[in-house]
Amino acid sequence: MAASTKKAIKISQKHLLGIQDLSISDIKLILSESKKFISLNRSSSKKIDILRGKTQINLFFEPSTRTQSSFELAGKRLGADVMSMNITNSAIKKGETLIDTAMTLNAMHPDIIVIRHQDSGACNLLSQKVNCAVLNAGDGRREHPTQALLDALTIIDRKKRIDGLKIAICGDILHSRVARSNIYLLNMLGAEINIIAPSNLMPNDIERLGVNIFTDMKKGVKDCDIVMMLRLQNERMTSSFLSSNREYYEYYGLTPEKLENAKKDALIMHPGPMNRGIEIDTHLADDINKSVIKEQVELGVAVRMACLKIFCGK
Amino acid sequence: MKKKYFLNANIIDPFNSINEIGGLIISENGKIEAIGKKVNQNNIPVREKFIDLKNKYILPGIVDMRVFVGEPGYEYKENFKTLSKAALSGGVTSVVTMPNTDPTIDNVSIVDFLKRRGRDKAKINIFPSASLTKNIEGTNMTEFGLLQKKGIIAFTDGTKTIQNTRLMLRIMRSAYDLDSLIMQHAEDLELSKDGMVNDGIIATKLGLQGIPDMAEKIIIDRDLNLLENFNCRYHISQISSSKSLEAIKQKKDKVKFTTGVSINNLSLNENDIGDFRTFLKLSPPLRTEEDRVSLVEGINKGLIDVIVSDHKPEDEEQKRLTFAQAATGASGVETLLPLALELFHNESAKLEKIIECLTSNPAKILKINKGNLSTDNDADFCIVDLYKPWVVKKNRLVSKSKNTCIEDKKLQGLITNTFVKGEELFAYK
Repeated sequence: MAASTKKAIKISQKHLLGIQDLSISDIKLILSESKKFISLNRSSSKKIDILRGKTQINLFFEPSTRTQSSFELAGKRLGADVMSMNITNSAIKKGETLIDTAMTLNAMHPDIIVIRHQDSGACNLLSQKVNCAVLNAGDGRREHPTQALLDALTIIDRKKRIDGLKIAICGDILHSRVARSNIYLLNMLGAEINIIAPSNLMPNDIERLGVNIFTDMKKGVKDCDIVMMLRLQNERMTSSFLSSNREYYEYYGLTPEKLENAKKDALIMHPGPMNRGIEIDTHLADDINKSVIKEQVELGVAVRMACLKIFCGK
Repeated sequence: MKKKYFLNANIIDPFNSINEIGGLIISENGKIEAIGKKVNQNNIPVREKFIDLKNKYILPGIVDMRVFVGEPGYEYKENFKTLSKAALSGGVTSVVTMPNTDPTIDNVSIVDFLKRRGRDKAKINIFPSASLTKNIEGTNMTEFGLLQKKGIIAFTDGTKTIQNTRLMLRIMRSAYDLDSLIMQHAEDLELSKDGMVNDGIIATKLGLQGIPDMAEKIIIDRDLNLLENFNCRYHISQISSSKSLEAIKQKKDKVKFTTGVSINNLSLNENDIGDFRTFLKLSPPLRTEEDRVSLVEGINKGLIDVIVSDHKPEDEEQKRLTFAQAATGASGVETLLPLALELFHNESAKLEKIIECLTSNPAKILKINKGNLSTDNDADFCIVDLYKPWVVKKNRLVSKSKNTCIEDKKLQGLITNTFVKGEELFAYK
């Protein structure tokens, strides 16, 4: 695989805190860099030394399998020294504030910090307190930029474009950072977006972000090229928004009957992890013709490699 | 003390309908001897010196109806001494303190302590309020009668609301019997649960849990309906939305009550929160620009009676956290008047109206003889250089806690001197 270009690639931001902060050229840059890593990840020798000598610290305050391992693998394949902080044993449990943790880490001179936190804005706060670049791996319900980027890459990979596509995002939109980041990104790239959720899970004024809102799923997925399902996030709901899981599945779960309203070649996406039988029919999730869920995971590593490279200034 | 003579001042005293250029004479025992256009050089004995204010403004000392002091229990945030200094630097000479302390102000023995501390440590007039319910738990009423006898001026659960309708009805009946003033912070705690900003586009964009304006309106509707049967002295501590103002407008003719608003909701809106600025995490939250404008209209139309600072000192460490974890509230007793003057400078409201909402209206509601420049009253007043520009800087704030929500704000209107009982207790340096 050809090594890095001689000149460092310029992105308009120091940190990757959200899609909201990126310009179209930033997005195109990240996506084109990501494409280059797809074949590397499929080859037998998956390592290049672009980030050799660089230190990457993963700071995950919330549990995560795919994003954390995705970032860890991405960093290691680029040759960086990757350290994943284990929050359960850390000083955070002893009451250390986020800022103090940041300053402690800063003193160890990392080149890049990847943070996931349960509070919206935590990555913004961190970025003000450390010297290195900060990558947001998901903050509260606000943004999850690398997820939106890998979703966009997956769509482009299969549909060859995003401009002009009709995309439905369905589920607990109120608490979803994936939904928000995708709305910002897919709008920028020219898609038409349908948001589908029960009223209790629909954020206020969300149509002002440039989306069509639906509480009827059959109407919402009509003629869509992509149906993106979100997980029903139990841990974010501190009081009952819904009557029961089975009623939710009846009205908002993705089933073959509901999918019939979408285009014949519509694709199914899901950021994972899935609750089979709650938001998605288990067979649909595994349908190799329709579901691109596994591809999302694969391209996720490529996207994160691109982000690490770009935001480390390489 | 010596008599004091001031001339060439713009005097505004809404209580006495004074708005004229004139002078002020303070007697040896700190009372107002004479005031107004009738006071001129001819009234001053030849050998006496007078202070030429050169058209600066003389206003009655501000009466701030909602101030949180950290005594007892949170002295590290603010104590009576530091509160007094902060208030004086802002022209505030009387404050109503909130009972959300540790221990709560909910029984007579703690009131003794409070009044003593206030008298010893503060140079301004402290009017303490007590809680509506024991330990602010929202279950059992406190002893309104006995507390009033000890000097409690009003009853409120401060940052909390009475959720139980039956209890609220009983509180109103008691207050009616005893002529007690109750002040309600209007927030349905179930609707506002876990919320931290206005429930709108900003909440959606910042990914924060919102507080719908219905949480406020629903309590106002409930209480104003209950008041129809037992119209005790009732004051809505703060409103923040146009919906609440509508509810008030509809009931104004049927029921007797008063309403307050925080200067923060009159000056700022939810967009000012920007990039998670925790110093703007407030209760009630900042809402939309439409709401803000309607609140200013509410002042102009007399639907809102009082402007407060809602001074809530918080340790800076409690603000240097993520938005969800940060403490709620902003300090503001020292910037209440200058920030309110912004409404005059940008022509949103008349000067007399603003001053009325800061002086004579609160005094009338509290039934205290303050907030005016009547002859023979204590000379509590401030001198304001109305057009002098200055910038709010955290490190120049006097309050012990520096959690201002208007850092770097450019204002016009500087308080140059503040007097309590005729004695100059603050002079701008």
